[in-house]
Amino acid sequence: MSTPPIIEFDRVNKVYQSGGGPVTALLDVSLSIATGEFIALIGPSGCGKSTLMRLIGDLEQPSSGTVRVKGKTPAQARLDRDYGIVFQAPVLYEWRTVRRNVELPLEIMGRPPAERRERAMSLLRMVGLGDFGDAYPYQLSGGMQQRAAIARALSFEPSILLMDEPFGALDEITRERMQTELLSLWSNATPRPTVIFVTHSIPEAVFLADRVVVMSPRPGRVQRIVLIDLPRPRVFETRESPRFFTLVTEVREALRATENERVGA
Amino acid sequence: MTYSAQGVPGGAPGTLVRRVLPVLGVVATLLLLWEGARLLFGFSEQRLPSLGSIVETMFTRTRGGTGPLLIVQMLANGWATFRVALGGFVIGGLLGFGLAVLFMRLPVLERGLMPYVIGSQTVPILAIAPMVVVGLGRMGAPAWLAKMVVAAYLTFFPVTIGMLRGLRSASPQSLDLMRSYAATPFQYFWKLRFPVSLPYLFTALKIAASAAVIGAIVAELPSGAREGIGVMILNAAQYYNSRPQALYLAILVAGLVGIGFYGLVVLAEHLIVKWRT
Repeated sequence: MSTPPIIEFDRVNKVYQSGGGPVTALLDVSLSIATGEFIALIGPSGCGKSTLMRLIGDLEQPSSGTVRVKGKTPAQARLDRDYGIVFQAPVLYEWRTVRRNVELPLEIMGRPPAERRERAMSLLRMVGLGDFGDAYPYQLSGGMQQRAAIARALSFEPSILLMDEPFGALDEITRERMQTELLSLWSNATPRPTVIFVTHSIPEAVFLADRVVVMSPRPGRVQRIVLIDLPRPRVFETRESPRFFTLVTEVREALRATENERVGA
Repeated sequence: MTYSAQGVPGGAPGTLVRRVLPVLGVVATLLLLWEGARLLFGFSEQRLPSLGSIVETMFTRTRGGTGPLLIVQMLANGWATFRVALGGFVIGGLLGFGLAVLFMRLPVLERGLMPYVIGSQTVPILAIAPMVVVGLGRMGAPAWLAKMVVAAYLTFFPVTIGMLRGLRSASPQSLDLMRSYAATPFQYFWKLRFPVSLPYLFTALKIAASAAVIGAIVAELPSGAREGIGVMILNAAQYYNSRPQALYLAILVAGLVGIGFYGLVVLAEHLIVKWRT
């Protein structure tokens, strides 16, 4: 990797104080992510993958170690609006129309109304919701709501996109279609945002990512990083290629190794 | 695709019929029960006046035959009470809103003041009303303001409680989103907390609407006022033995004012909270 890292974790620990004593969510995590990279974080529940994402976004603070985002602290990166975020739930503001939801970040950043409107409508068209700008969120299906949430995250062209199991609540068919749509949004954007994509799904991680970071649970550690050398653009047939199966198996083996370690410990 | 199929608010035909028919049905049943009870137990006009005599009383002229029709006078009194209730509702609503915002921002204040806020509502309004009306009168405040203060006294409480709950009901993720945009405290409030709390606010305002009417009526009892439902009730109670119809009419007017007020709040809710069906 010749490009300088956009995100760097250096020996990061995260310990929560809970009722039953301290719980180590992340243990000694060091990780370097290059500009424009698509990273998938995968691991069983409780492996700290969401925590890792939230540390980047300054939604939580590390207990020790440092996180750098574009050479800055995550707090500064947040204030500079360096990243957009998508959760598993769409978290659309239900009192706003779909278009005004997409406009929300731009509104907060003080962009002029005409520009906001134009940008929101062009994004909604891009995610296939061109006719639904004036609808309220409750009038949309789950997949459509999540598309709107992605449009909202992209509205201010952030250089980093944080996605916390964004397709986790969708059915398998919608899910695969949304994966392809996300990749085309990502590759058409200039410059390409760096994506941190948290998921439970092995095929999803392999299909989307440049690198899959496999994490082990309790305490959460980086177990292995699997390089995904599938050619882009990735299409329907990618999922049927032998190389895809090989990589899925590789990630699955890495995940199983984390479990064996636990049983052995 | 659910968009075109549903979501046109209140548009379906037959909704009006479905809403109005049950109400009319209950009214008809009550009227039948009323007259049935009279027949069954042989109540006299003094014990339980007939519906006919109540209607007849509506259309008698006041002041020994020279004044306006009684129903016209009563509706005028109802309107006077409504104005006081509305004024108190606005004052109490703003006070309740202000307290809720204050309590949300400063939990120390909530812990310190909430017992008194709750305590204020356990003191009988009947005892408070004369103090407020007479006390404010002595300080030179106009009578209408004193009455509004009593109505506001009953109004602010549900608004404080409902609004506070609403202001705290924004989901953690919706707050994370605001944080990721580096929103200012002002933007957190107006673009997230306030709109989230609107459904809670309207639930509180519906309770507050009837409370405001009660407060206004009670405030009219000790004030030496010349108009209002409270005055009407005092007068009618005085002549209850000889002419009970007037008291029933006063109750009817009070009910109409209360329901009308409630209806206005529901209407405002429909116009403002458009995102829920």
